[in-house]
Amino acid sequence: MEYVISVLLSGISVGGQYALIAIGYTLVYGILRLINFAHGDVFMVAGLMGIYLTSALPITVSLPLVILLTVLLGFTIERAAYKPLRNAPRMSVMISAIGVSYLLQNTATYVTGGQPMTYPTIPFLSDTVNVAGTQTKWVVIITPFLVLALVLGLTQLIHHTKVGMAMRAVSKDFETSRLMGIQVNSVISVTFIIGSALAAVGSILFFTNYPAITPMAGAMPGLKAFVAAVFGGIGSIPGAVLGAFIIGICETIIKGLPSAWDVSVFSDAFTFALLIIILVFKPQGLFGEAATDKV
Amino acid sequence: MKKNKNILPALFGVAALLIFIILLENISAIIPGLPQVFQPTSPLFTVLKKAAVYSLVAVSMNLLNGFTGLFSLGQAGFMLLGAYTYAILTVPASQKDQVYYLFGGCAFKFSIVDLFQSFLGSSGAGGAAAMVLGCLLSIILAGCMAGFFAYLIGFPVLRLKSDYLAIATLGFAEILRAIFQWQKLGPITNGANMIKGFPTFSSFNITDANGNVLVRLSTFVPFFITSLCIVLIVLLIRSSYGRAFQSIRDDEVASEAMGIGLFKHKMLSFVISSFFAGVGGALFAMYVANAQAKAFTSTMTYEILLIVVIGGIGSVSGSVLATFLYVACSEWWLRFLDSEMFIGSFKVPLLRNGFRMVVFSIVIMVIVLFFSRGIMGNREIDFGRLLGKKRNVETGKKKVG
Amino acid sequence: MSGKAKENEIALHLENITMQFGGVVSVNNLTLDVPMHKIIALIGPNGAGKTTAFNCITGVYKPTNGLIEFMGKPMVRNHPSGKDAKTYKGENADKYASDEVLSPTPDEITKLGIARTFQNIRLWKSMTVFENVLTAKHMRAKQNVFSAVFRGNLAEENRMREETMELLKEQGLDAYKDELAVSLPYGLQRRLEIARALATNPTLLLLDEPAAGMNPQETLELADFVREIRKKYGLTVFLIEHHMDLVMNISDYIYVIDFGSEIAQGVPEAVQKNQKVIEAYLGVAEEE
Repeated sequence: MEYVISVLLSGISVGGQYALIAIGYTLVYGILRLINFAHGDVFMVAGLMGIYLTSALPITVSLPLVILLTVLLGFTIERAAYKPLRNAPRMSVMISAIGVSYLLQNTATYVTGGQPMTYPTIPFLSDTVNVAGTQTKWVVIITPFLVLALVLGLTQLIHHTKVGMAMRAVSKDFETSRLMGIQVNSVISVTFIIGSALAAVGSILFFTNYPAITPMAGAMPGLKAFVAAVFGGIGSIPGAVLGAFIIGICETIIKGLPSAWDVSVFSDAFTFALLIIILVFKPQGLFGEAATDKV
Repeated sequence: MKKNKNILPALFGVAALLIFIILLENISAIIPGLPQVFQPTSPLFTVLKKAAVYSLVAVSMNLLNGFTGLFSLGQAGFMLLGAYTYAILTVPASQKDQVYYLFGGCAFKFSIVDLFQSFLGSSGAGGAAAMVLGCLLSIILAGCMAGFFAYLIGFPVLRLKSDYLAIATLGFAEILRAIFQWQKLGPITNGANMIKGFPTFSSFNITDANGNVLVRLSTFVPFFITSLCIVLIVLLIRSSYGRAFQSIRDDEVASEAMGIGLFKHKMLSFVISSFFAGVGGALFAMYVANAQAKAFTSTMTYEILLIVVIGGIGSVSGSVLATFLYVACSEWWLRFLDSEMFIGSFKVPLLRNGFRMVVFSIVIMVIVLFFSRGIMGNREIDFGRLLGKKRNVETGKKKVG
Repeated sequence: MSGKAKENEIALHLENITMQFGGVVSVNNLTLDVPMHKIIALIGPNGAGKTTAFNCITGVYKPTNGLIEFMGKPMVRNHPSGKDAKTYKGENADKYASDEVLSPTPDEITKLGIARTFQNIRLWKSMTVFENVLTAKHMRAKQNVFSAVFRGNLAEENRMREETMELLKEQGLDAYKDELAVSLPYGLQRRLEIARALATNPTLLLLDEPAAGMNPQETLELADFVREIRKKYGLTVFLIEHHMDLVMNISDYIYVIDFGSEIAQGVPEAVQKNQKVIEAYLGVAEEE
């Protein structure tokens, strides 16, 4: 029983962290129709910045600074690598995203010397707590609540503010929105800013629970978060969050299965199997809308 | 019509290249006292071997991404299948227990090379012929295995749209990687451990009875196989099927309305591309002298994709050229960026381990952003002109803007 | 349906074709006949469902209900099922319910002998004029991948190239054969699209607004051109058009639809005088 609770708890927590990354994917895809392959690496860089800044500054300064710098990074990537390709074929933008991902990973390898870096202990988040007889960290308990609060805030933003309305308009029809006088470029920037900020928060939560960060640490959570976004129906925030929780829980369950079966190698593969199944049977995801091409 | 006439000079070019490679490889034995670059241990030959292997994979990816317009990111997965198939089939039976010691031996007790040796003899010319035939057959089977899996996975994924196809094939490669690391399959795949002991490129060197090398062929072999495969791919691209693939890239709806079955032709391109990726995987295993699932990551696919982009999407010669430049830069010419350097007492800043790859990725980003047509765009190197033959009177195909 | 000439064999027969997207009925219970060797036009105001009807015939869309016969054989057949059955607003929902559903893909339909052009020209943009037509011959080639790669099909390949050259000469496009297709002037692009469709050896040619964007002179030439190719290749032509001049000039028989439903049919003179047609076109006449 305790075992089940601990698996569920950490599953929900991992799911929540994926959710924060997945929102970044789903927002960007909704607007630019781009799989932002670099998003997972932005998440990794946020983690590294957490390490370096916390070692130099008090935690109350460093953590907000991490979020700020990550936002700046996301904004810069969009302006430098995606904006110039606005009218290029979709494949070019995706290749540019892969290039940015490659650049971020290699830079991280250079800066860290390729060594795994230990994430700092963050007061309170890293403290242990006893839930129903299971020892766990506070971060595990807090994550789902924090995620729900952020998602609620975000949906309020999207449905009840002017910029939110602009975002919805651009995701429906890029060209028409431009013609209607919406500043498409600012809307895209806002999207990247929101996505990066959430990824930064996600990185603080995620890496507090993990022993170390390597330059490749962002790639896998990034891909999984993307799968979560597809699973929930790309463009849909509640869908992405639900998908992330499902993937997080399933993954923890697989990792927790008896070691004699040796199925833990499949914890990553499972996500992709799920992706292929979803794409084949319900390509628009759980909450997505089907689109038709005009001939 | 102009195109077909280019094939003959191109074939001469390839033959000349192969002869040149054999000479280059053996020149240090013929003429003593040459600079280090020409010695067999020189990075030149590492680069040539690796680039030969990678260029096949790059061209196979270009066939799919550049010529058929299917944005697939599964190349590493198909290479993995090819590498493992080759390795499992060619490890000599006598070595299997040693390689698979963790699992108490291999489930496959036979080896194709042994099989050929059983009726061609195991030493002298017969043994050599057995090894060559056995390896070639295994390489072909490696390609077939990759092609077969492509056929299976093609049914669900080829119906997907561009970026979903990319992510699904990427996912498929990751699934394969997990399966091949699964300990339960240890007797076949050796679990997460590497498979070693199979014939590599240097096994093709001609030696005397004492094991001294008489004629080096270890660079020639990957060049030969890659050239053969690329010639086949070019023949395909320039056939009616190649035109059908390109029409799908240009406009699917129009192709379908002109009677070109989308699914059939996409599947064909996918299977053929994967076949050659599988052959490339087998060559890769020969190059690194082992097969291990963890080498075939999505980063490998990205690397190959970037090579294709640098060379120009839709240009075979561009892909080949880009591969050699890329591999030479990353393995040789830019190596100095990775070590600290002093000019007098001045320490050149930034130079230390990993800097090479940073510079490299910045160069790639510059190409992607500002030279998105790559080195060749969608043109090809005109071998006829290179050989100084008279140009055809017909005007060449214009560039696409 | 009408007292139309029945002595000819029917090339294409549409029966109760309804195409519904969600709750929107785009084509409603359309029934029409295209007799062999005739030029038949389908006209109607913008958004009347003409192109949708074409897309149903060519397999781009699967009609929600109805039957399409080609050369006397059922080619497409469907009835509303599942979600469609609940939202279906058209008629004759039960008529085909017990029949087998037929929904061939566009390439299978082209193989049967129906070729088409597109409203917004869809040439293969990285290919030359010559390659555009040559590639359309791929479908009729007997080679397989191996014979194509190892050049075991040289005779066939050369024949295809010769035929392509002939076709280009006939269409007056041979001077442009090595130009990129998309670099041609608009009128020639339309002509090339027709040449490309002819390369598939069709018996029925569907033209989707062939005169769109053409000036009166080009339109006149097009009319002659269509008549000429019909005669030369023994074609049946079914076209959608907005240019009334062209339609009245070349059509043997005209169907008029508005809001997806047929409002009139007849020979050009009769349609021209039809009150419903005049009403449907009034007010939208300025648009074209």
